Amino acid sequence: MGSRTPLYDQHVAANARIVDFGGWDMPLHYGSQTEEHHAVRTDAGVFDVSHMTIVDLSGEKVREFLQRLVANDVAKLEDYGKALYTCMLNPAGGVIDDLIIYFLADTEYRLIVNAATREKDLAWIREQAAPFDVDVLERAELAMIAVQGPHARKLAAPCIYAEWRESALDLKPFNGLQADDIFVARTGYTGEDGWEIVLPAANAPRVWDRLLAAGVVPCGLGARDTLRLEAAMNLYGSDMDESISPLEAGLGWTVAWEPAERDFIGRAPMEALRSSPDRRRFVGLLLEDRGVLRNHQKVVVEGIGEGEITSGGFSPTIGRSIALARVPAGNYDRAQVDVRGKLLNVRIVKTPFVRNGQIRIDV
Amino acid sequence: MNELPGDLLYTKDHEWLRREDDGTVTIGITDHAASSLGDLVYVELPEVEQDVDSGGEMAVVESVKAASDVYAPISGSVVAVNEDLADDPEKINSEPYGEGWIVRIAPSDDVDESELMSPDDYQQLLDELDE
Repeated sequence: MGSRTPLYDQHVAANARIVDFGGWDMPLHYGSQTEEHHAVRTDAGVFDVSHMTIVDLSGEKVREFLQRLVANDVAKLEDYGKALYTCMLNPAGGVIDDLIIYFLADTEYRLIVNAATREKDLAWIREQAAPFDVDVLERAELAMIAVQGPHARKLAAPCIYAEWRESALDLKPFNGLQADDIFVARTGYTGEDGWEIVLPAANAPRVWDRLLAAGVVPCGLGARDTLRLEAAMNLYGSDMDESISPLEAGLGWTVAWEPAERDFIGRAPMEALRSSPDRRRFVGLLLEDRGVLRNHQKVVVEGIGEGEITSGGFSPTIGRSIALARVPAGNYDRAQVDVRGKLLNVRIVKTPFVRNGQIRIDV
Repeated sequence: MNELPGDLLYTKDHEWLRREDDGTVTIGITDHAASSLGDLVYVELPEVEQDVDSGGEMAVVESVKAASDVYAPISGSVVAVNEDLADDPEKINSEPYGEGWIVRIAPSDDVDESELMSPDDYQQLLDELDE
């Protein structure tokens, strides 16, 4: 038996198919992954993401510490509640994890890191934090619920205390606020509008039940993966890991190069890669033949070289197979993928594939 | 759990077989296999007239989650494939024992039923998996 979130009984009651995910017993789907996927694209779905690790940092030098720890620059966070997506790098410039940082107060930030990398992340953060005299506090007693879809905020609003409801509904994308003992942020991992809600574990089942009663569809990890793939959002461990630079994982936009004197961990090796003509591309693929692209399949670019699919699957919204892939440098827009010994044709497309319910590529 | 059709034979790989009056055998995957795979999105079918060997790879079913081989439970020659699955692979989820059939094979030898499972035996296998 793995670890269980405060919503485990809710999952079982909703007929979830439970699978192991990084040591957690999590719902894969509640009957149909495809229907859950469509619910998020067209209406509203809810995900239990309580397995994710919440870490609160506090101290006089916490900002200085984060400017050293991560590749993006927390100086961009000017207003309380604002969120920043970034990577935490090792000295070689590889990705230890990707995370979201919320600016809570001048001496206080909240990090949300992946469940599967919890232990190494906490060890690394604590080690780096020591010279800055920053407190590192894991908030394992908190649950987290993501409610996503065009109608998600409207349907979830009654779960926010009345005196905070209007402010919560006024949040701009990538902003959050503390509403009594609930932290609500307009963020997510689906490419749709919605909220991620951090709340005391004891309150989570009641909020979950209330969302379901309002017609929000419970969604499992399966739909979470197809939704994030369509939105071309990276998955740690698949699209990047400690051997991969953010610059070869489509995450160059999360690296803050200015100011040039900010010496974040992993900066020097990345400077070299930044100007290298051999830097690999990270691209979206659309399968033109019938079949399904899968992780680790080989991408063949005739006359240039080979690459690999890092995340592949079937897009329920498009009705075709799509993938993210790391491929050789060069100027080309077609390739082939080795699917069980057969070379199938793919087209390189600009991502995201789908955003806010709309297909964004030519199909 | 749904009742298993009583007129079919089953395999430990969660396939079903139906002996047709003309001597051919229709093959599909069971409800248990389909729901374990999740929503199916693509089926790779063999060619008609292709020979298959018992235990050999015969088709591939792909769900949103993963690809899975379908093995030939008997040796023979493919006489028909379910072309409708190209556009509606989810028929395997909705009607695994009916419209969701996969191939029809003309067996090369007499079908050895001792190698296959009765509905009761297969139900027992499912019960054991549940435990």
